[in-house]
Amino acid sequence: MEQKVLVNKIIPFSSVDGPGCRTAIFLQGCNIDCRYCHNPETRKVCINCGLCVEKCPAHALSFAEREGARTVDWNQDLCCQCDTCIHVCPHDASPRVQWMTPEEVMEKVRKQIPCIRGISVSGGECTLHPEFLTALFRLAKQDGLGTLIDSNGMILFEDFPALCEVCDGVMLDIKAFDPEDYHRVTGADNTNVLRNALWLGHHGKLEEVRFVIVPDLYDTERSVRASGEFLREVYAEHPFRIKLIAYRPMGVREQYSHYEVPSQAYLGQLRDLLAGMGYQDIVLI
Amino acid sequence: MKEMRPISMERVEKTRQEILETIESPELTHEQKVAVMAQKADSLLEVLDLPEGLDELLNQPIDRQCICDLFEGHAPMRPRYICPDYEKFLKQGSEYLRLDPPKDLYEALNNLLILYKHVPSVTNYPVYLGQLDDLLEPYIDTVDEATAKKLIKLFLKQCDRTILDSFSHADIGPKPTKTALYIFEAESELEDAVPNLSLKYQEGVTTDEYMMKAIDCALHCAKPSFANHNMFVKELGERYVIASCYNGLKLGGGSYTLCRLILGNIAKRASGIEDFEKNQLPYVCDIMARYMDARIRFEVEESGFFEQNFLVREGLIDRKNFSAMFGLVGLAEAVDILLEKEGRRRPDGSALRFGHDEEATKLGVEIMNIIDDFNQHHTNPYCEATDGHFLLHAQVGIASDVNVTPGTRIPIGEEPEELIDQLRVLSNFHHYFPSGTGDIFPVDITVHRNPEYVLDIIKGAFRMNLRYLSFYSSNSDVIRVTGYLVKRSELEKLNKGTAVIHDTTALGLGAAKNGHILERKVR
Repeated sequence: MEQKVLVNKIIPFSSVDGPGCRTAIFLQGCNIDCRYCHNPETRKVCINCGLCVEKCPAHALSFAEREGARTVDWNQDLCCQCDTCIHVCPHDASPRVQWMTPEEVMEKVRKQIPCIRGISVSGGECTLHPEFLTALFRLAKQDGLGTLIDSNGMILFEDFPALCEVCDGVMLDIKAFDPEDYHRVTGADNTNVLRNALWLGHHGKLEEVRFVIVPDLYDTERSVRASGEFLREVYAEHPFRIKLIAYRPMGVREQYSHYEVPSQAYLGQLRDLLAGMGYQDIVLI
Repeated sequence: MKEMRPISMERVEKTRQEILETIESPELTHEQKVAVMAQKADSLLEVLDLPEGLDELLNQPIDRQCICDLFEGHAPMRPRYICPDYEKFLKQGSEYLRLDPPKDLYEALNNLLILYKHVPSVTNYPVYLGQLDDLLEPYIDTVDEATAKKLIKLFLKQCDRTILDSFSHADIGPKPTKTALYIFEAESELEDAVPNLSLKYQEGVTTDEYMMKAIDCALHCAKPSFANHNMFVKELGERYVIASCYNGLKLGGGSYTLCRLILGNIAKRASGIEDFEKNQLPYVCDIMARYMDARIRFEVEESGFFEQNFLVREGLIDRKNFSAMFGLVGLAEAVDILLEKEGRRRPDGSALRFGHDEEATKLGVEIMNIIDDFNQHHTNPYCEATDGHFLLHAQVGIASDVNVTPGTRIPIGEEPEELIDQLRVLSNFHHYFPSGTGDIFPVDITVHRNPEYVLDIIKGAFRMNLRYLSFYSSNSDVIRVTGYLVKRSELEKLNKGTAVIHDTTALGLGAAKNGHILERKVR
């Protein structure tokens, strides 16, 4: 039987999930807890508590029974995309998700050909589903499409050679370099992230490295500098793009939405710092 | 004295009033007043041999009008669109203008600017400024790089401030050139509406690197637009131009005239699809074609243009390269109205809509096939350039249009959620229109960091047989109205009652109010 995963959203033409025009697929569920997460509703899987059902103004949510258990059902046609369900969810989940097989996802992707150059799978954390990714990417390759993964790097790519074979590259969110900083940002340990960065870099699979710049939360300059030093060698082997993303409060959980937004000028300073180390393709967002 | 049909004193008096109002208008510049008054004078003439039944279709308010002649006047004294062979002009100079062939970039640009002043059109300004990269590339290295860039920038600025109508078009591509790169650089800084600019794109010849520069420029100033080179070449040959809005025409020729069918209003006359397809549409097509024949005959046989104008004498245009544009608007309304009249609905009872339902697309194609077939059977003796037939044209609408969607576009506000669905619908229609059609997509500001996004869409769309695409950044000052460009800042000035330099800004304001062009779906 084909593996099904919970898909939060498919964006047919995305301009922000890798180079060119790509279909971006967002899977539900994440394994770390970034304070500045701007789509916290993708973090966990719905526990069917039903709190959202009564709040839905469009009556697009209802209770159903599946295998003897109560579940929350989402009617796409009635949904008005007002996001009320997401706002009232105490559990960082969303009822607006669909179980899909790789073939079902691919059916949505194929419709976008010939205007897309590839697909990007993001999350949540999509590498929680390596078999699904491998199957999906195999299908995408049959249609001549590029395949990128957007990952936090908690799971070691070297453990999934079949996936790496059909994956063109990884957009790796390094977040913070210093383990203590990283823990403060995510509640997790970054040993695997840095190990992944080097391993992917050596194998020419590092498409992009990304930092969300939140000066209130950690020493961003020190982090960017140290990451720059750390990655210099692999950059020389296979160059990659670096994205410096300014923290923005949009979509962020209320308790974490008070951080100051760094200026574009500050981002420019960080870019210059990296450019001084020899990095070339640096994008500020 | 030449014979002319008499008109009533009432009409003369009305026109006199309008002329006085024009003279006193605070919203028109001097040039705009002169142009309007010329139109008023011309409107008093009655010299064309008009087909019977025309009046009832032509002289009606916009909710009933079926044929529209787009302000060409009652006695056309020159072709509507003229596309001189500027390459020949630069090679041979001009006896009439007392110009020698240029030896360097200074002289080449100066000669072009002089000639532009002498190229007539329906707007009184040149609608075609030449294939600028091919024209200037031989001269670009006659000065150092900084000087060349400065000269190109001044040239473009001169065009914007003296060609006071943005239905004025320059072409570049498909091969990358230094000149084109300088043009992109200058236009990104100038953010001017004139000239309109098309890049002829040919996969394999137009490089990605060059396209990145072009797209970057388009996101700054809404130009260039992108033309499917292979498609135009197949229909019009290598010597084709994009002029005015997006009109594919023959170099050294142009279009005598452009009239348009207002399909939605023709559909209102019909009892149902069969009556529309068998009776109403063929009837109106026939009258419009014969009206165009009469206009062309007057231009060629009576006006004296082709005997007297120096552009003809010096071989920069040749009557044999002219054709005419058989235009149409409002396919969307026609389809919606006809499906409604037939009582055809979706399973859930809601109305079928053009752009969303397969059945609507099918009916649209059926209607286009009838118009195309009509045109293939109608001949005009002066359209040898296009095998005796007119060229179909998806007209972009005019400022006063209300509930009339340009050409075969999907109405603003009804664009499908997914861009791919919009492109698929459009791909059924672009191939009918060698003399132009196009669609416009505002894109989100974040695309500035990923211009390849736009490149992928262009490549994909052209593989899907689309003809012509325009993009602009949702926050840019220069925006594409329907086919031409205006500056948002100028729209605001005019809206407050101040006269502004380009006459097309007024058209843009009308289109913003009546055509909702500021409300397009951002991609």
